[in-house]
Amino acid sequence: MLTKRLISCLDVRDGKLAKSVKFVDTRDIGDPVSQARKYYEEGLDELVMYDITASSDRRDIMIDVVAAVAAQVFIPFSVGGGLRSVEDCRRVLLAGAEKINVNSAAVRNPALISEASQAFGAQCVVLSMDVKAVAPGNKIPSGYEIVIDGGRTPMGIDAIQWAQLGEELGAGELVINSIDADGTKAGYELQLTRMIVDKVGIPVIASGGGGEPEHLYQVLTEGGADAALVASMLHYGTHTIAGIKQYLHERGVKMRMNY
Amino acid sequence: MIFIVDYAAGNLTSVKRALDSLGVASTISPDPDLIRRAERIIFPGVGHAGASMQVLKERGLDQALLEAYAAGTPILGICVGCQVSLGHSDEGDTQCLDIIPGNCPRFKLADPGLKIPHMGWNEVRVRKPHPLLKDVAEGAEFYFVHSYYPAPADPDCVYAETEYGLVFASAIGRRNLFATQFHPEKSGRVGLRLLANFAAWDGSPC
Repeated sequence: MLTKRLISCLDVRDGKLAKSVKFVDTRDIGDPVSQARKYYEEGLDELVMYDITASSDRRDIMIDVVAAVAAQVFIPFSVGGGLRSVEDCRRVLLAGAEKINVNSAAVRNPALISEASQAFGAQCVVLSMDVKAVAPGNKIPSGYEIVIDGGRTPMGIDAIQWAQLGEELGAGELVINSIDADGTKAGYELQLTRMIVDKVGIPVIASGGGGEPEHLYQVLTEGGADAALVASMLHYGTHTIAGIKQYLHERGVKMRMNY
Repeated sequence: MIFIVDYAAGNLTSVKRALDSLGVASTISPDPDLIRRAERIIFPGVGHAGASMQVLKERGLDQALLEAYAAGTPILGICVGCQVSLGHSDEGDTQCLDIIPGNCPRFKLADPGLKIPHMGWNEVRVRKPHPLLKDVAEGAEFYFVHSYYPAPADPDCVYAETEYGLVFASAIGRRNLFATQFHPEKSGRVGLRLLANFAAWDGSPC
């Protein structure tokens, strides 16, 4: 039986580790390569690295970070942030990433999803979407809207429709990141996650709001997610990978326990 | 020295990086003459079985692999490398190397909760001991990404099984060939263990 996955995301800026809280006011908390290695050794199931470097002329630093991580982390590893073309995607894949993670650039140019999927295979393409709750209306029937640029720009696109279009275009997985829940440590957006899980046939990774192991339990059962992404609860040392996995295992969630 | 067969498929470098971390020397090569003379061969793959067989044939690697197999060279197939070691794959209705008689059908999952591809960590249950599975804990999880699965004709060729809607052969072998549907190079410590076992394997199945 397939296990649920525990995924962590490291935000990297100018080659250093940062953790965003509500997408503002980031602060460095360490070296991404040693942090990635540490999580790998502790039993993380999958790693995501997100490049939040602002200036495009410093993006090459990320390629070096990806290569260094790939040389010592032997679990699936995806990279996102600033990937605007198939060529950008190819560079991080050649550097050693398994999967590429597209977000804002795919909203602006949905063909990026299909082009990357054709070039590298759907299993390689993760569509990450930032979602904000709004009043339901004609354009946004679900009451969940796609936002980009780290949550600053509402796009007038319904999140459920975007998830379905993403699957149709060739995304192999979805990351659903709730802007409202992100950084709150108050739990994942269960309703949003469940609505998308029920509408797509590809794995869904829930992101944003995880603060306690109980929150992961909720989103992996009630929310129906295939994987839960955690950041601050690991980065600040309030919880351990082993502790979270043991908790979920004891509550009957199938996890990878041999690591 | 391990030769990693280069047939324009994915994950060649990730296999090499995993071997590097173990201190095992390897080289990636598309040259059939080097493959014929190799001490050991890893035959990885991500992609389409039909496209993979076509490249193997164009480069003369299909014959080189069959000759190396006949000569007793230890060979490890991974994912598509595992699938094309069988007789046939339903993916693109492809005639494969036929080192292990059998077919590769596509998952047809009745349970709507199960998704295709089968992607993620799943339990590998050892059915028969093999030198490559030495020190691999019973039920240890390995990383999978695939839509077609190995179905060898002879149950004797099945070394491990995994359940995903149905029970399928996740590790198969015959003589000096061992092949896994999962990706040891992406399966953490237990996967590295299997690769280290391969680096020390003399090619005898027991």
